[in-house]
Amino acid sequence: MAQGVPVTEINEEIAHDVHGGRHIVPVSVYLKVFTALMVLLVITLAAAAIDMSKPPFNMPSLNIIIAMTIAVAKAVLIVLYFMEVRYSSRITWLFSIAGFAWLSIMFAFIFSDYVSRGWLPQAPR
Amino acid sequence: MSSITPDGRLWEEHSLVDPVHRESQAIGPIPESQLPDNYLTNGLGWKSWLFTLDHKRIAILYMISVSMAFMVGGIAAALVRFNLMTPNSELLRPQTYNKMFSAHGIVMVFFFLVPVIPATLGNFLVPLMIGAKDLAFPKINLLSWYLYMIGLIIGLLALSFGGVDTGWTFYAPLSTQYAYGNVALVLVGAFIAGFSSILTGLNFVITVHKMRAPGLTWFRLPLFIWSMYATSLIIMLATPVLAITLLLLLMERLFHIGIFDPKLGGDPVLLQHLFWFYSHPAVYIMVLPGFAVISELITCFARKPIFGYKFVAFSSIAIAVISFFVWGHHLFVAGQSAYAGIVFSVLSFLVAIPSAIKVFNWTATLYKGSIRLDTPMVYALGFIVLFTIGGLTGLYLASLSADVHLSDTYFVIAHFHYVMVGGTVSAYLGGVHYWWPKITGRMYPEGWGRTAAVLLNLGFHLTFMPQFILGVNGMPRRYATYAPEFQPLNIMSTAGATVLALGYLLPFCYLLWSLKYGAVAGPNPWRATGLEWQTTSPPPTFNFDKVPIVTIGPYAYNPEDDERLYEEEQRNGHHPLDGGALVQARTTTKEAVAGGESVG
Ligand code: HEM
Ligand SMILES: [Cu+2]
Repeated sequence: MAQGVPVTEINEEIAHDVHGGRHIVPVSVYLKVFTALMVLLVITLAAAAIDMSKPPFNMPSLNIIIAMTIAVAKAVLIVLYFMEVRYSSRITWLFSIAGFAWLSIMFAFIFSDYVSRGWLPQAPR
Repeated sequence: MSSITPDGRLWEEHSLVDPVHRESQAIGPIPESQLPDNYLTNGLGWKSWLFTLDHKRIAILYMISVSMAFMVGGIAAALVRFNLMTPNSELLRPQTYNKMFSAHGIVMVFFFLVPVIPATLGNFLVPLMIGAKDLAFPKINLLSWYLYMIGLIIGLLALSFGGVDTGWTFYAPLSTQYAYGNVALVLVGAFIAGFSSILTGLNFVITVHKMRAPGLTWFRLPLFIWSMYATSLIIMLATPVLAITLLLLLMERLFHIGIFDPKLGGDPVLLQHLFWFYSHPAVYIMVLPGFAVISELITCFARKPIFGYKFVAFSSIAIAVISFFVWGHHLFVAGQSAYAGIVFSVLSFLVAIPSAIKVFNWTATLYKGSIRLDTPMVYALGFIVLFTIGGLTGLYLASLSADVHLSDTYFVIAHFHYVMVGGTVSAYLGGVHYWWPKITGRMYPEGWGRTAAVLLNLGFHLTFMPQFILGVNGMPRRYATYAPEFQPLNIMSTAGATVLALGYLLPFCYLLWSLKYGAVAGPNPWRATGLEWQTTSPPPTFNFDKVPIVTIGPYAYNPEDDERLYEEEQRNGHHPLDGGALVQARTTTKEAVAGGESVG
């Protein structure tokens, strides 16, 4: 008995694994996502035009919170639909989540430096 | 051509020399015709190289280009080192000195150490070791080489005409506001080269997930693959941050957008955070592939399965993860908050654990092994010593109070040269010697190989050991001049560097020589058990005629058997297994698989 599998058979299998099984997304989905992104863009601009540290809001950080929330929503839409993660395998989900988790490591540690810089009393000059 | 014999070997023809003595019996060049048809003979014109999609040829393209980068970086280093023979910078003007150490660091880090092992040995071996015909994306692989070349050429032109004096770390606001020269161009070069490594990492991850031969489960993968996989993860998670950081630097330098310069409302420590978020993991991009090579060499030349396979495998992954949590140890004296410093210090100690696991497990693998001191093994043993010294001195630097004194001294220089040059470059050379017969089909001259390896190790310690002392005594890094009392140790260091340079030049010469005069190696001169040794040397374009079915783990070595065979060889004058047979074939027939034969 010969050992192994003929190279060609295996190649087809691999080709299918790597390139195959691709979900075809209807154009209408892209259009809907695009519309949603544009709407969110308008909201971003509108929200930025209002200074929320003044009455009636009186919340100085509300501007940035709203802007960041909308930005995250947009990014999620792009990753899920334009980058087709929504239709991809579990492992692709894992890797794309890891990317963001890693970014959050960076931000968490950098910000913790900035936050804690003033904690230690400085020696008088 | 390779074929498969009924008893499970993958080839039949006999190797042409006695593999144990491995010296060429013929006088004069040995013609190509004695080698099997292979990826090198498949197309000869320059087009067949520049447009190749064969991972093995791309590996060779990379090998040639990183060697060029190494030479350029080496010349800059030589100038720096000779300038430091005297305290008053007699050879170079201080400005030129600054340009030289910057060129040295930039070329060596971004254009040599990061790509060197993954793009050459990794490119060549990942598909072979997993029984695949190529990487998952051959065109992306070629693209990565072109990106590397574009980055390299931009970088080298910028460094040769004008240069930069920022050091490889590009600290702001020096790099964005005050430095003359081609900072922007060099940033662009490093930026482009970064994408080339991202593509390599991506390709490896997908290849390892998708293209393993039947039966090659994760825990049957060679440790080379585990480390390469971990490296690829770091590359993919960290390098984009480098890209962004370099872009931010460019924006501040070209358009004066205030990000890092306090005068413009920026924060210089932010640059250090961003830079080291990439660059600390990047030191592991540089050294993990070294670990990859060493695990293969130690097992083969001790004829032992690795001690604690899973520990070694997972320590690579642990290093990949932990390496992202320690970057603040480069900022202890930069104005980072003391609390962040404490956290980063503790976390830095953690990364020593998986590194030490590797060192202990390699050492334990040697125990009761049947050790042969062939050239690759000399490099591997040298590596263990060098990396241990480099890693342990890292712990001194990770201790907050000690680092206040040691930071920005020659102690740091010695530390990272021990890990990056002693570690990575030794591993690379060990790997090149080990797989040279596979890559070229020919043996290098063993005597010269050992001589060079020993020279390298001696030269290395002589160069960098004095720098530890200089650092502890307070000699700062990155100055063209120094206090006269430091001169004797600096002269020692320069003398060592000369020996070291010889150690690097020798392999370059005799490896080239062996391309024509080297003895024909045969498929498996080391009687190693990896899949890459189960095809002809050099391998055919698509690596294997039949995809192997894997039924056991990667290191089916047996030191007792090996000693017995060795004694027999001493008695009979030739090795009982000569003629191409493996000590233990790693693959087996289909019936054996069905019969549930033992699994390693
Ligand atoms: C055992 C783990 C390690 C620890 C705890 C460690 C710790 C440190 C620390 C604290 C510093 C900063 C010193 C200073 O600037 O004052 C440093 C510098 C450095 N280390 Fe390590 N290190 C380790 C392993 C490595 C490895 C494996 C590499 C490379 C392969 C490496 C490469 C470097 C480099 C390049 C620098 C200097 C960067 C520069 O300022 O130009 N280290 N190390
Ligand atoms: Cu570090």
